[in-house]
Amino acid sequence: MTSLTTPAAPTAPVSVSATPPGARRARRRGAALGLLAWLVGILFVLPVVWMALTSFHSEADAATNPPSLTAPLTLDGYREFFGVNGGADPWPPLLNSLGASLFSTAFVLVLALPAAYALSIRRVRKWTDVMFFFLSTKMLPVVAGLLPVYLFAKNTGFLDNIWLLVILYTSMNLPIAVWMMQSFLSEVPVALIEAAQMDGAKLPTVLLRVVAPIAAPGIAATSLICFIFSWNELLFANVLTGVVAQTAPAFLTGFVTSQGLFLAQVCAASMVISLPVLAAGFAAQDKLVQGLSLGAVK
Amino acid sequence: MPTLTLRAARIPVVALAAGALLAGCAGMGGGGSGGKTINVLMVNNPQMMDLQKLTAKHFTKETGIRVNFTVLPENDVRDKISQDFSNQAGQYDVATISNFEVPFYAKNGWLLPLDDHVADDRAFDQKDILPSMRESLTADDGKLYAEPFYGESSFLMYRKDVFAEKHLTMPKRPTWRQVAELAAEVDGARKGMRGICLRGLPGWGELMAPLTTVVNTFGGTWFTKDWKARLTSPEFTEATNFYVDLVRKHGESGAAQSGFAECLNNLTQGKTAMWYDATSAAGSLESAKSPVRGKIGYVQAPVEKTKSSGWLYTWAWGVQKASRNTDNAWKFVSWASSKEYEELVGRTLGWSNVPAGKRASTYANPEYRKAAGTFSEVTRRSITSADPRDPGVQPRPTIGIQFVDIPEFSDLGTKVAQEISAAIAGKQSVDSALEKSQKLAEKVGEEYQDD
Repeated sequence: MTSLTTPAAPTAPVSVSATPPGARRARRRGAALGLLAWLVGILFVLPVVWMALTSFHSEADAATNPPSLTAPLTLDGYREFFGVNGGADPWPPLLNSLGASLFSTAFVLVLALPAAYALSIRRVRKWTDVMFFFLSTKMLPVVAGLLPVYLFAKNTGFLDNIWLLVILYTSMNLPIAVWMMQSFLSEVPVALIEAAQMDGAKLPTVLLRVVAPIAAPGIAATSLICFIFSWNELLFANVLTGVVAQTAPAFLTGFVTSQGLFLAQVCAASMVISLPVLAAGFAAQDKLVQGLSLGAVK
Repeated sequence: MPTLTLRAARIPVVALAAGALLAGCAGMGGGGSGGKTINVLMVNNPQMMDLQKLTAKHFTKETGIRVNFTVLPENDVRDKISQDFSNQAGQYDVATISNFEVPFYAKNGWLLPLDDHVADDRAFDQKDILPSMRESLTADDGKLYAEPFYGESSFLMYRKDVFAEKHLTMPKRPTWRQVAELAAEVDGARKGMRGICLRGLPGWGELMAPLTTVVNTFGGTWFTKDWKARLTSPEFTEATNFYVDLVRKHGESGAAQSGFAECLNNLTQGKTAMWYDATSAAGSLESAKSPVRGKIGYVQAPVEKTKSSGWLYTWAWGVQKASRNTDNAWKFVSWASSKEYEELVGRTLGWSNVPAGKRASTYANPEYRKAAGTFSEVTRRSITSADPRDPGVQPRPTIGIQFVDIPEFSDLGTKVAQEISAAIAGKQSVDSALEKSQKLAEKVGEEYQDD
């Protein structure tokens, strides 16, 4: 709250009598909007804060109704998640998720960048139709493809294999990535590319030295979104993996039980599993905001 | 030279990413695993979590067989098992299946018959398994298809201290009418305490389980011997009206959304004086951390026209027919369902955590009786007196007490439960709920009438 109130505070006593009523009204409206923004922000963060708090409670405290804020804190939930007492080992599923997300994101970038180039800078004929085709591949509900994919995986021996998920996540995220990158690459001034070519730069050089630096925030935003989508994917992971290729979200569901209490454990597990994505998001925050707003105003 | 510093800063980032990739690659799961390894798929219940913790230190150490567990919540585990077993994909050698699935899984040829293994494994002592459990895991072809891990029936739990304050006594063999009168007496005995907790949450395994036992003992049935649906019969209607009235008048608040977990919470937190539910609840109620430990009395399931009325349920180990490790799979099943395993749990985790309800010897064990004294005898009697082939007053078309053992029942039971849950919520009358349900049941029954 401090950052919101401080700029207004020093000016207020001096200018009260001097400000015209219109400006005062505008400032009041600004403060009201700021307050609203804070309220909405808190509303959105509250569940996560609640989850974090619950993850440090004991199971019995986590289940009380009405919930208690002042219950003693404990690391039991985290101990249980990391299998300190001899439970399941969380590292294989976490590594599986990391692998599936990183590889699929890398593949998506390798494929989406040239595609986006051909749709924005060197436009192919009927490029809008191509864009629509990419979008149309997202129109089929994911669940409709589940059974064919399962049967395919079963018959080809790809069941419970992380590489199947890598391929699936790559293809699932590719259309989104192409759309995002297309709008980012459209921002690159054509004159700049022409100038580079005039100086004798070949396509790879143009891509690496001219296009990439300008589109870097966009590429960062795209890869983070792809990473998040693959990291959080549950439906395919739940059906197609089992013993060796289980990913973190599928592992997370295993903490839910219909007999006995599990809230604190699930919260602790959710915290650990959402941390990598949160960390990546914070690390790339500047680029991300730049990237996400890059194509916004056209 | 701004570009240079930028590039220098990038190197560690790239190295980090590459390292992460390599690490991911090394740890990522690829194809299947060889050697002496079996894959087990099981439901996330406390007894299974204990098993997971004890397996490596004991089973693997003794036999050299590694066990990979996949643990999922109940609904997910059912989906995953039916997916893997119906395709005979063979990903899992062993899975937890209940006595609901065993008969038709066996009929579909998805399970390995265990008779030969049982005969060879003298130490397992199959005769020690309670007869009603054996019966419920034996298919129509007379072969045994699963071994119980733990079993349960249903009984009535009540607050002894509250009853004493009100000078009420709970009969040893209560009838439902007596329970309804008692519920009216103890309703509001303490602040925020209701008379009884009964499941109202839609689901064939939630509301439908206790309600079907009430229907059975009131003389009703889902289907006649020749698959005629009987949901609008006077007995079925009377039982449902009784159940809905009782829970609406003296039951928990938010009853239409309360299942096993909610009722367990209610009794633990003093929000209800009675609860009719699974015998396995007693373990949590009498655990060291429970605030109502020692305050709960247990009596057999209330009756009307039958002598007993408890249900029968067990989580059991089934071996997939497509498994390539059947011998090792049996070794695991034999260990997990053994007397020795029960002793191991008793010694290391406490006797109230023993996966009980399946072996006669458990109830002869003095240490178990000491820990589970208040409920062990009632539990044993409830399980042994449950008859899955003849749970009511009339012959049934198939096995099952709190369910009708056909694959369609999970869908039918859930839809009917939704109608009755709506009646509990006061959104429709019991008659209209049952009329709609009758139509659903008729459709399912017709499929079987031609057989």
